[in-house]
Amino acid sequence: MSYLVAKGMTGGYGHVDILHDCTIAVDKGKIAVIVGPNGAGKSTAMKAVFGMLNIHTGSVTLDGEDITKLSPQDRVAKGMAFVPQTNNVFPSMSVEQNLEMGAFLRRDDINATMEEVYSLFPILKQKRRQNAGELSGGQRQQVAVGRALMTKPKLLMLDEPTAGVSPIVMDELFDLIIDVARTGLSILMVEQNARQALNIADTGYVLVQGRNRFTDTGQALMNDPEVRKSFLGG
Amino acid sequence: MSALRNISYFTVMAVLIVLVGQFQSWNLALSILNLCLISAIMALGVNMQWGYAGLFNVGVMGFAAMGGLAAMLISVPPVREAWSAGGVGVLVGLCVLVITLFAAVYTYTKMKANPLRMVLIIIISVAGYALMRSILDPATTAIEKVNPASTGYLGGLGLPILFAWPVGGVLAGAAAWVVGKITLGLRADYLAIATLGISEIIVAMLKNEDWMTRGVKNVVGLPRPVPYEINLQRTDWFIELAAKLNTDPVTFSSVFVKLSYAALFTVVLLIVLYLSEKALRSPWGRMMRAIRDNEVSANAMGKNVTARHLQVFVMGSVVVGIAGAMLTTLDGQLTPSSYQPLRFTFLIWVMVIVGGSGNNWGAVLGGFVIWFFWIEAEPMGIWLMNALTSQMDAGSALKAHLLDSAQHMRLMTMGLILLLTLRFSPRGLLPERTGRQ
Amino acid sequence: MEILNAFALLSNFVLVPAIAYGSQLALGALGVTLVFGILRFSNFAHGDTMAFGTMVTILFTWWFQSMGINLGPLPTALLALPLGIFFCAVYVLISDRLVYRFYRSKRADPVIYLIASVGVMFVTNGVVRFIIGPDDQNFSDGERFIIRAREFKEMTGLSEGISIKVSQGITFVTMIIVVAALFWFLNKTRSGKSMRAYSDNEDLALLSGINPDRVVAITWILAAALATIAGTLYGLDKSFKPFTYFQLLLPIFAAAIVGGLGNPLGAIAGGFIIAFSEIMITYAYKRFAAYLHPGDWVPEGLLQLLSTDYKFAVSFLILLLVLLVRPNGIFRGTGT
Repeated sequence: MSYLVAKGMTGGYGHVDILHDCTIAVDKGKIAVIVGPNGAGKSTAMKAVFGMLNIHTGSVTLDGEDITKLSPQDRVAKGMAFVPQTNNVFPSMSVEQNLEMGAFLRRDDINATMEEVYSLFPILKQKRRQNAGELSGGQRQQVAVGRALMTKPKLLMLDEPTAGVSPIVMDELFDLIIDVARTGLSILMVEQNARQALNIADTGYVLVQGRNRFTDTGQALMNDPEVRKSFLGG
Repeated sequence: MSALRNISYFTVMAVLIVLVGQFQSWNLALSILNLCLISAIMALGVNMQWGYAGLFNVGVMGFAAMGGLAAMLISVPPVREAWSAGGVGVLVGLCVLVITLFAAVYTYTKMKANPLRMVLIIIISVAGYALMRSILDPATTAIEKVNPASTGYLGGLGLPILFAWPVGGVLAGAAAWVVGKITLGLRADYLAIATLGISEIIVAMLKNEDWMTRGVKNVVGLPRPVPYEINLQRTDWFIELAAKLNTDPVTFSSVFVKLSYAALFTVVLLIVLYLSEKALRSPWGRMMRAIRDNEVSANAMGKNVTARHLQVFVMGSVVVGIAGAMLTTLDGQLTPSSYQPLRFTFLIWVMVIVGGSGNNWGAVLGGFVIWFFWIEAEPMGIWLMNALTSQMDAGSALKAHLLDSAQHMRLMTMGLILLLTLRFSPRGLLPERTGRQ
Repeated sequence: MEILNAFALLSNFVLVPAIAYGSQLALGALGVTLVFGILRFSNFAHGDTMAFGTMVTILFTWWFQSMGINLGPLPTALLALPLGIFFCAVYVLISDRLVYRFYRSKRADPVIYLIASVGVMFVTNGVVRFIIGPDDQNFSDGERFIIRAREFKEMTGLSEGISIKVSQGITFVTMIIVVAALFWFLNKTRSGKSMRAYSDNEDLALLSGINPDRVVAITWILAAALATIAGTLYGLDKSFKPFTYFQLLLPIFAAAIVGGLGNPLGAIAGGFIIAFSEIMITYAYKRFAAYLHPGDWVPEGLLQLLSTDYKFAVSFLILLLVLLVRPNGIFRGTGT
């Protein structure tokens, strides 16, 4: 039974539809990845799942509950967490304060959660008093993900988490993402680096011009000659 | 359609002024008309800065004051005794100031950025300033001692006052260039504060540098471009004309003088309006509006946005300077304390926004409408307050307080008009004409 | 002995007044910088907001005085201050609801907010002058001096005395208390941290579930409080006249910009920089130089860099200098 089902999404930012009958699903504790060429609507699909975009047709269901009409803040309360591609930390606040802000809506003791995040991302514990804006790109991404984890979400959505980082850092980040998934979280990820992303994906969605083009397990897509020719450079 | 609307608005204005003439007095109506014309020109200048380039200039009054200063400096005869007492000192002192500024700027541009450069600039500035003061101070004191009751200042060039109008524009433009060079390219807020600051400084200089402007003692009796009433009353053809029109020469003389001013001002207004419209419709004007609407794209296309903004800023200030010179000419005297920086500036802004920002005719209409309302608001407000308080006892303190306060309501009402227009009708009475019509 | 006299002179005419004035400017600049950092516009109406808050405080002070309530050696105005803050807060919240909220929902250009704030400024100015009139108002009472010049001279045997007025002392102490409270609020409380987050990254703050309306309301309340306190202290120290508060706009904004618009620490630093500069540059150092020079030599002329008529020109020149050299201010503001 899928944890998240976004079915037949059609909509856009204004009068023009960007997504056409797009369907994304994530199983509990699994990693789903959305890849595709530039302008395919990958980030748009994710924003639609999160409610930052109005879809006039289609539905989004979380753990069986229809959340299509909910605002992004309300979806956070239901267990979604979203890490934007850019501007995803509070630069003039410390790492620790960033994490505190992530847990803003929680009224209970957040120390346990914070320790969990520190154990997942040890470098953050080291730099917890430093301002997030002063960290390197890769470390900032870790703060961004850590911030999202503070609400103890059931579904973590990442918009191009490795954009603009060096290959070594990218590998590191992917490893961390796998670690996060192992704690039982479902992960939905949009990625530009298709090959590495599909490598760790349980399910892969290839979007072209706002439509589903290929849907299969990560491994299957990696081995599919058509997919390889179009998006993975052979 | 829009032409019809334009004409109807202006016709209504004309009718209102005529009504004032009928029911109050023709003198009053013509005074209002003259100030409307001047306000309209100032609004045109501000509209250039706001409508073409989106610049919020809060220092309009300062640039108008520069124009007024020019009017005085050009037309008043020089005071020979003052010049011999301290003229040389003043000139040398000002030269020192200019040289110091050049030296500082030169050092800044030619040296690499390091602490030594800052130190050098500070030394140059301080030394230059001290030197200037040591030369200037004794000179200005000497000048101010020359007959302080009637002169006590250097006087002017003694040229016809009409020359002062373009010169006023040039002076204002120069000041605008300096301010703009420093503050354009930064946020709108910084420009606003900086323009506010420069206008306050300009007005303070007018009020305090007695050797130049007589300060708060004012320079009265500026020469006129139109005849004096007293002279008219003694001229034969005038007396005959008055008799033919069935009025007495005294009232008619003042009406005639005001009409002459109105004619002069209208000519200037038409010239400025014509040039502004031509500029707006030219490729240059289109480029300016393109920059205003999307600065980022314009920058990406290689247009030097700051340079263009500077152009517009200076041009608008030149127009305001000309209007300032005209205002002082009309007053016949330079009264530094009459320049209350924010109040008059604010009125011009209401004119531009209510009239229609980005539309030259709108600025003119706004000038007329708002000035008319501003002047008529006082008698109307007092009348209204009297009507409202007529039921109260004659000796009531509250009544006295309310009647007293009627005059303060004008500014507040202007504030409300600005807020309401900005919110509910931001394009103003005569909206900007976009391409799709 | 003469050096001590020289410094006593300087303390009396420069140091003490500058500390008081700097505290007032710092509080004013804090209000401006908060609104800029969180609501992202320059509030030109802040000066007249100060006038409004002070006006309410004055009215309540007069009422208290008429009822015989006083605070002993301290000014009664301190008792009326909370009421002044309350009504000022209500006023700014109403003005936000009527004017600025619309532009927030439209994501209007910052210039529009600026123009609107000028409109609000004139309306507020009119309201204040309508209620209390345009004239000078005196509302201070209680002891005037903490230490008089005469007492100082007796205590130390110097020929120059230092006098410290009660209003100056209160100004400084109040400033310290308010600044400490503000920093505690912004750094240690949930609401304060949410405001900093909102100022830092608005979209992310909304994503984190921070309620924007609440942040806006708290900002305005803090701004009103700071404005009322600054205005009342200034009025106690000098006098209350509606027009003066508009004139304070330039030094207050200069202070905020110099320190870095949006940075509270910068506002405080900027306030003192501007205050000290204004007073030091317009002070006549004639007697000071005479004290320092051995013998009976007295310098010709006042040794005054700039006449006091140009006091505000000092703030303006410093502002221009900062804009030229380091536009983001000393402490790097949040300027977008």
